[in-house]
Amino acid sequence: MDVDAMKQLGAALAMGLGAIGPGIGIGLIGSKAMEAMGRNPEAAGTIQTNMILSIAFAESIGIFALVIALLLKFV
Amino acid sequence: MGKMLGNLGNKLLNLLWGTQTRKVWTSIVVILLVLSLAIRFIYPVPPPHVALSGEPILSTSPRWFTNSLLMTVIVDIVLLALALATRFSLKEVPSGLQNAMEAIVETLYGLAESVAGKNAAKFFPWAATLFLLIIVSNWSGLIPGVGSIGYYHPAEIHGEQRVPADQELKDESTGEPHSRVLTNQLAMADGKLILVDLAAVQAAPAAAEEEGHGKFVPLLRAPSADLNMTFALALATMVMVQVWGVRFLGGGYFRKFFNFSGPNTFMKSINAFVGILELISEISRILSFGFRLFGNIFAGEIVLATMAFLVAFLVPVPFYMLEVFVGFVQALVFMMLALVFFQMASISHGTHDEHHA
Repeated sequence: MDVDAMKQLGAALAMGLGAIGPGIGIGLIGSKAMEAMGRNPEAAGTIQTNMILSIAFAESIGIFALVIALLLKFV
Repeated sequence: MGKMLGNLGNKLLNLLWGTQTRKVWTSIVVILLVLSLAIRFIYPVPPPHVALSGEPILSTSPRWFTNSLLMTVIVDIVLLALALATRFSLKEVPSGLQNAMEAIVETLYGLAESVAGKNAAKFFPWAATLFLLIIVSNWSGLIPGVGSIGYYHPAEIHGEQRVPADQELKDESTGEPHSRVLTNQLAMADGKLILVDLAAVQAAPAAAEEEGHGKFVPLLRAPSADLNMTFALALATMVMVQVWGVRFLGGGYFRKFFNFSGPNTFMKSINAFVGILELISEISRILSFGFRLFGNIFAGEIVLATMAFLVAFLVPVPFYMLEVFVGFVQALVFMMLALVFFQMASISHGTHDEHHA
């Protein structure tokens, strides 16, 4: 196979596989946060802030995969 | 259920087609949408400009004078102007600008206090500066015109831009005006996004310089969409973490990294290994700090550019809202993480319990 095709394939694989983990993680964070909010509605504000922070951390793994994919594609 | 859906449909119909004015507006929106879809078949638009790093604004200017540097200076000027304008019009009873600034600073201080407790006053200046700088640079990329207004550098021939020769034959056979073929291919050549026929590129420079076409370079670019800026922030923050560690714990701070104590040889080696892990985690924090901000903002810019390229009307709007939110969250995350690291550096392993109490 030609190098360029491999690069494209590598970028697509990096992004696709790299999105699995953060997807599962963000789903878990969201579900647990909803559960906590349902159990204790007064704490919804704090939970929401912490949920957004945790989602940002989980998401950053996906962003790393994205950076790798972009590097493969454009550099 | 069916009745409810029918009700909803009626309401929607009334909202879009109820009165004469609504009919006019709905038709305008639909016509514009169809037009923006159809125009790509009539006149092909070059794909969005994607460049991984900031580019020099002028082809004659030094390499460091990039579009992201220019935008950083503008962001700094805006922030300084806001701060000075507030500073020199301080009043007993706040109003207008001072009110807004006080609200922002108070909210940020509350956040800092929730993380750092009694050390908040010490960490606050650095963390708040980070937040304000990052949020303004994130949102500066969303201003219409940033990243899309620019001009064409004279075309350069890159070694890797090569496509089989039969491409040229196909272009000849379509019988399009020759000059248009050239401009299109050159416009697509920017940022190494699309491979360009080498023959066409070689023929182009003379024609391109006449028309002022070539490699497209935007005049402005969001600072946080440039890896240099985000890494500089990450490095400076991690250096500050060490500074706070030394200030709070003295030389004992470095015991975290070089720890050879323990009751026996086994524990000593374990502790030494933990020290190495701490060193590695400190370095990986720089990387994750820098890449997180850069990746989020740069990916957002690409998403917006792609959406505007696919359908130029109405479709990019929800993505704009998403990017406003992402810009805010990333600034918040950067600030919170910096605060958490400062706080972690300020407590030694021995005083954990005392601090939480």
